[in-house]
Amino acid sequence: MITLEINGKQHSVDVPADVPLLWVIREHLRLTGTKFGCGKGLCGSCTVHVDGKAERSCQIPVAEAQGKKITTIEAVASTPSGAAVQKAWVAEDVPQCGYCQSGQIMTASALLSANPKPTDAQIDEYLSGNLCRCGTYQRIRKAVHKASREMKKGGKP
Amino acid sequence: MKTSITRREFLQKSLAGAGIAIAVSITPYGTKLLSAEEAAKEGPDFSPNVWLTITPDDIVHVIVNKSEMGQGVYTSMPMIVADELDADWKQVRMTEALAADKYKDPIWGRQSTGGSTTIRHMYKPLRIAGAAARQMLISAAADIWKVPESECEAYRGTVRHIVTKRSLTFGKLTEKAASIPVPKSPALKSEDKFDLIGSPVERLDVPDKSRGKAMFGIDTFVEGMQYAAIARPPAYGAKPLSFDKDAAMKVRTVSHAVPIPTGIAVCAGTPEGAWKGRDALDVKWDKGIEPGLDTASLEKKFMADLAKEGITARNDGDVKTVLDAAPKTIEATYVLPYLSHATMEPMNCTVAIGPASCEIWVPTQNQTGVLELAEKETGLKPDQIKVHTTYLGGGFGRRFEIDVVEEAVKIAKAAGKPIKLIWKREEDMKHDFYRPANVSRIEGAVDEKGRMTAWSHKIVCPSIFSRVFPGQVKNGIDPAAVEGVRNMEYEVPNLRVEYVRIDTPVPVGFWRSVGSSHNGFTVESFVDEAAHAAGKDPVEFRLGLLKNHLRAYRVLETVAEKAGWAKPLQKAQGRGVAQHMSFGSYIAQVAEVSVDKKDRSIKVHRVVCAVDCGPIVNPAIITAQMRGAIVMGLSAALKEAIAFAKGGVGSSNFDNYPLLRMADVPDIEVHIIKSKDEMGGIGEPGLPPIAPAVANAVFNASGIRVRRLPMKPETVLAAMKKV
Ligand code: FES
Ligand code: FES
Repeated sequence: MITLEINGKQHSVDVPADVPLLWVIREHLRLTGTKFGCGKGLCGSCTVHVDGKAERSCQIPVAEAQGKKITTIEAVASTPSGAAVQKAWVAEDVPQCGYCQSGQIMTASALLSANPKPTDAQIDEYLSGNLCRCGTYQRIRKAVHKASREMKKGGKP
Repeated sequence: MKTSITRREFLQKSLAGAGIAIAVSITPYGTKLLSAEEAAKEGPDFSPNVWLTITPDDIVHVIVNKSEMGQGVYTSMPMIVADELDADWKQVRMTEALAADKYKDPIWGRQSTGGSTTIRHMYKPLRIAGAAARQMLISAAADIWKVPESECEAYRGTVRHIVTKRSLTFGKLTEKAASIPVPKSPALKSEDKFDLIGSPVERLDVPDKSRGKAMFGIDTFVEGMQYAAIARPPAYGAKPLSFDKDAAMKVRTVSHAVPIPTGIAVCAGTPEGAWKGRDALDVKWDKGIEPGLDTASLEKKFMADLAKEGITARNDGDVKTVLDAAPKTIEATYVLPYLSHATMEPMNCTVAIGPASCEIWVPTQNQTGVLELAEKETGLKPDQIKVHTTYLGGGFGRRFEIDVVEEAVKIAKAAGKPIKLIWKREEDMKHDFYRPANVSRIEGAVDEKGRMTAWSHKIVCPSIFSRVFPGQVKNGIDPAAVEGVRNMEYEVPNLRVEYVRIDTPVPVGFWRSVGSSHNGFTVESFVDEAAHAAGKDPVEFRLGLLKNHLRAYRVLETVAEKAGWAKPLQKAQGRGVAQHMSFGSYIAQVAEVSVDKKDRSIKVHRVVCAVDCGPIVNPAIITAQMRGAIVMGLSAALKEAIAFAKGGVGSSNFDNYPLLRMADVPDIEVHIIKSKDEMGGIGEPGLPPIAPAVANAVFNASGIRVRRLPMKPETVLAAMKKV
């Protein structure tokens, strides 16, 4: 049995230790907001927060995620940067097909909690691991800046 | 917002008098409006394609018969209905249609999404549906108030009596309105009264897509379902020599291992079980039908076919004579690779088959194809089969194919259980229906005055249509292979277009903007070369060839002005232009680039795009589609090429098939031209001009003419050495 803490809840799952965290989150626990894109750490669709940091869940064997705090898109609104990013995403109408967007939002919110006022170049660099075939990049940049401004207004870091 | 009201519930609701329901039937004989009751009575030939209901809780439901893959149809289609209806946008919901005759596209007679046609095909029926319901609501209110209809108007979800300022919400009027016959030819709004159409209305699907709540195909779960995985041949046509079924069956949760036409399928209770079971099969394959096939062998074949005589697709004037006599001729050969769709959501499908039922959940662009396939595979009747269209994590033409559905249905039949089949990225990339490679040779002549007098264009390209819609291949000419060349806007008195069909084991399919994705590059590169040979400015030269093609002329003029064509560059070293019409829309783009002096890598600083797509429904969606197409086109122009090796596909994932990343994406400005001309599509036509605009800018920046895609640094370097 593997025990995981996801979005503040404890889950026990009976899976082999080497199964990527992604598949446990998505298919075993049915938190389907976290997406599969490449399985090789190349696209960012599967990004979740592990102890507050953006990580590719397809690259983490589930056993290694035990004892860590995992946050997925379903609960990212409970963090100040996650809430600001989601709000900005809606305001800027960022998604197109939407498939990559959970990963984009998870990465962007991790960026803003580490660096509340990123420059364009810093956004580009931090998000360079997140692919979007629909090409929503320009609106992503805009939404990250907007979230950054909103967070500042809210007086939060 | 998406709601889950099934068509049956919807019919029951409306037939029970709990609201208004309207269907629009469009046939070659005209448009017909019907209530749900009348629609239910219609014979089998009846094919209404828009359903609209208004329920007493003040909700307007629009049933959408098209697939949402990011192009915004779950918003733009309801917008059109809501505007004619004078609904409040906040009360509008959409529901996706199941696959059924009723929801077929009025022009195609099929339920499918592609060819940038949704709004073009659905604009009118949607407007009629909205207008009819509005008229019924107004009649109902007038009747209740005992006042003339002319004193009443619909306004944002209510009907108002102008004189007494009384008003009733749509919901309060539905019961009465439902008893009023559906008007046969309701008056449409005049365009200056549009409230939503023409404005950047926010998309209905964005909140769910920003919260991880949108359900894509891969997010489907069915009671008791198994996971399926397939071991696939590494080379085209390879057959299994042996496989270890016992080893696969020993893997935890594996229940089945069965051969299917495309490989050996394994079913298991968990996804990891299915993939481990598949690997345990350890299939030995034979060498396939063409073991020597690789990237170089394919290119050699294409090049050799350039020498063949093709089928003439267009022949104006006398190209040969003019070329022979011309004072100045130019000649160029362009080479473009096979491309993958690389939708971010890999192919997947979930199927549940019962004794007299089959249910399919699939992100598809081709509901009719899925339904027909399920009928064939299961022997069931169409009304026993339910095809649920989920959100599509990208489509770009890939999801017009039903290969994954065929596999899933076959596996579900063999397993006797519901199954979910998920392709890994490697399978998705290696088993695509690729954008065809293309090799084209063009010769042209320019006279003393710098006018283009002759253009001879030979295209060597595989045929998509001969597999997909063979009936549309006329005289051996694949319409996609020659589109954008045969119908080019340029006025050249002597023009010949020749098509050489090439057949290889590599399957080809529709890829965003189809033939224009390669032909736009060859035509717009060559016209630029001709401008240079004529000693003319590239914009000037093109305008001179477009005197009678006013829409193309206007977008080109607009883009030049907006880009500051005549002004000095800021950051970039060079600037290039291209224009191309496809899917009824006219697009011109200017790219500003720099070429690194050391490694010859290309940096695109800025792209300016002008678009004339006729009447505008949602400018925000048009802008997003232009940008999205430019990013995808730029990715293809700079990075993408499928590699082949050992008789199959060598590329496998984003490490060896890289896509453009955020830092490479320039600022893209989009200017939409106000146009009363015929409506064009928007999903695809933004793509073709970007590759040639960049190649032309590279020439302007460096004097290097790149005639091969993708323009990787080594390609630019090789082109430089040739100059
Ligand atoms: S699925 Fe994990 S990075 Fe692509
Ligand atoms: S929105 Fe479609 S892949 Fe990003």
